Amino acid sequence: MVNPATSTLIALIPLFPFLGFVVNSMLGKRLPKGVSGGLASLAMLASFAVAVMLVGQIAAMDPAHRALAQTLYTWIASGDLTIDLAFRVDPLSAVMLLVVTGIGSLIHIYSTAYMHDEVDSEFARYFSYLNLFAAFMLVLVLGSNFPVMFVGWEGVGLCSYLLIGFWFKKKSAADAGKKAFVVNRVGDYAFLLGMFALFTQFGTLDFQRIATLVSSLPTETHFGLLSIATLLLFIGATGKSAQIPLYVWLPDAMEGPTPVSALIHAATMVTAGVYMIGRNAVLFSHAPETMTIIAIVGAATALMAGTIGLVQNDIKRVLAYSTVSQLGYMFLAMGVGAFGAGIFHLYTHAFFKACLFLGSGAVIHALHGEQDIRNMGGLKTSLPITFYTFLIASIAIAGVPGLAGFFSKDEILYETFKSGHTILWVVGAITSLLTAIYMFRLVSLTFFGNRRQDAPAVAGASGAGPVAGDPHGAHDAHSAGAHHDDHSSSSHRGADLHAQGHGEHLHDAPPAMALALIVLAVGSVAAGYIGLPHALGGHNSLGEWLSPAFHAVNVAGGEAAHEAAEGAAGEGGSLELTLMIVSSVLAIIGVFIGWFVWTMRRDIADSMARTFSGLHRLLLNKYYVDELYDATVVHPIHVISEEGLWRGADVKLIDGAVNGAGSLVDAGALVLRRLQTGSVRTYAGSVIVGVVVILGYYLWK
Amino acid sequence: MIPLSHYLIVSAVLFSLGVAGVFLRRNLITILLSIEIMLNAVNLSFVAFGRHNGDVNGQIIVFFVMTVAAAEAAVGLALVIALFRHRESLNPDAFTSLKW
Repeated sequence: MVNPATSTLIALIPLFPFLGFVVNSMLGKRLPKGVSGGLASLAMLASFAVAVMLVGQIAAMDPAHRALAQTLYTWIASGDLTIDLAFRVDPLSAVMLLVVTGIGSLIHIYSTAYMHDEVDSEFARYFSYLNLFAAFMLVLVLGSNFPVMFVGWEGVGLCSYLLIGFWFKKKSAADAGKKAFVVNRVGDYAFLLGMFALFTQFGTLDFQRIATLVSSLPTETHFGLLSIATLLLFIGATGKSAQIPLYVWLPDAMEGPTPVSALIHAATMVTAGVYMIGRNAVLFSHAPETMTIIAIVGAATALMAGTIGLVQNDIKRVLAYSTVSQLGYMFLAMGVGAFGAGIFHLYTHAFFKACLFLGSGAVIHALHGEQDIRNMGGLKTSLPITFYTFLIASIAIAGVPGLAGFFSKDEILYETFKSGHTILWVVGAITSLLTAIYMFRLVSLTFFGNRRQDAPAVAGASGAGPVAGDPHGAHDAHSAGAHHDDHSSSSHRGADLHAQGHGEHLHDAPPAMALALIVLAVGSVAAGYIGLPHALGGHNSLGEWLSPAFHAVNVAGGEAAHEAAEGAAGEGGSLELTLMIVSSVLAIIGVFIGWFVWTMRRDIADSMARTFSGLHRLLLNKYYVDELYDATVVHPIHVISEEGLWRGADVKLIDGAVNGAGSLVDAGALVLRRLQTGSVRTYAGSVIVGVVVILGYYLWK
Repeated sequence: MIPLSHYLIVSAVLFSLGVAGVFLRRNLITILLSIEIMLNAVNLSFVAFGRHNGDVNGQIIVFFVMTVAAAEAAVGLALVIALFRHRESLNPDAFTSLKW
């Protein structure tokens, strides 16, 4: 094992945002918004600069040994276990670093405008959380062993909880935060168990050492310890990255501020699971059973979330399900062994999904908290910057050729097909059609057509909520109203009503927001070009860049992988081209359907919803998964806790024992105190009787 | 010589008289006297055992008992006077206020 070059600068990357957190959380209340927001954004830009510098350094190195490491100190030393607080920049973490710091910076800048309605102290609190999140995310990405990664893993979970519940006075937001936290605990528990399993097997938790040790083992043919360990790690990933069965928290996480949804719940934190699998690619590829499970779960999640996304009415929820669906794609890629493709999609997805979320944030901002797409429409002319950036990102995610999403998604589908998982490929292709449809449904309902404002009242006619008395629709409308109250001041509301009376003057994204949107939209177009498929005569430089990270350093290194990739591309060129045409056609059909049905012929959507009302209701209620979990997990725990642990164990057993001891003494005393008559003669009598009895006993014995 | 058992029987009779006096009489002064009788019954058996065993310790302890009895009588009578002043009665059943 070659020791990588060291660099003392790596620790600065998470340190800058952490300092931002410290300053903003200590002094935030006294700082004006410009200072606290500016400081937070500056901290992110500083770590972006350091990250760019370090990535430049490793790019200049020999491709097989591109890595920089920094060991700060030995964190835990106990018996056989030694864990260093160590960071590592290699091609894989470099990609994540640039995504987290780059997109993170943009979202910080965007937030300075988006959160401007908050009071100073809340504003600073928001930025301190956001900085803390970035610091933990960078620790997660940079950590060179499992425990350091786990610190980041838990830290981002905490920040996610804090930020989802940022408007904690709103009950739904506080509940959503708790839900995210609790659901993540389930996954984290499995993650911990996976770590323990690996430690018992390898005696180390360092990623590089594990990879080296694993590569000398044969690939597991049956379900053995490696499969169990990787499966447990994958369960951890399903929690963090919102896959079946632990995805339920992500749609609810949309209660948080929109930039948070963009940063944490689209671009960075939720991809941590994908990153973790990529980080341990050697380990996972030695457990084919687990890989199959990952691929199936990924594909199933992609399809399921895609179908739910078709009928949701909350702009952010559609995007949330879209995120779950795209994450499913990434896991599909990981599961079929196409680690490079998965990370590629992670990277392109970060651009267009962040752009979509920020665009939806701009819409919500302009409409003073309105999130229901049935109440939008016709915003194309009044919000031009938002419209064009949103449109570009939608085209990118839909997989229209030439934009980022096309290249990465196509590579995943191609790799899936090539690895022989034809059924999974079909699922992936259907999902890509669905992606295009629901994205353009969203674009159509939001930006095309005429402005609507009264949809909840005429829910039946709006095509998206014909189920009378549907509890979820009511809930959405209610939460949108609550958000409205929270988000905009009362004077704003007055102005809003006034504006509605005289034809609207919606304000488009302010400069800070527009900047982020435009940069991300450019990224959504251009980001794909670093991973051009070979079939188009391109050169997959990202795949080549990443491949050393997916192999143990001492076994042939990147060289073999590189050759393998080249060879495969040569023979599969025509196949790849065919699949590419298929998915392009699907994407374009999807875009057309989405645009045609929801812009031109809303009646088709309505009649479809009526014809298949059962299916529609099923989708609208998200397959009743929340209800199912309520009935099978939440409710039993509730009952056991309340009837068993509280009323049974605590009240009856523990309180009963304590109170029982008291009342036992009380009852005993009630009898015994009769003996104290106050009469001296009785006392003397009892002494005599005692003496006689004791003497008698000894004399008669 | 009078055998030991005779002394002990007298002592036991005296002690029983004392016990009976404590329990049966309704006058605090009589009760105190009964206690003195019990103490002297014990003194008698001490002396008798001392004599029987040829040990002088039996007589020594009697002097201690008589000293204590004198002190007890002084304190006891003082208490009786105080109680009488308080309740105008020497009946021990009148003094039962020290109870639950």
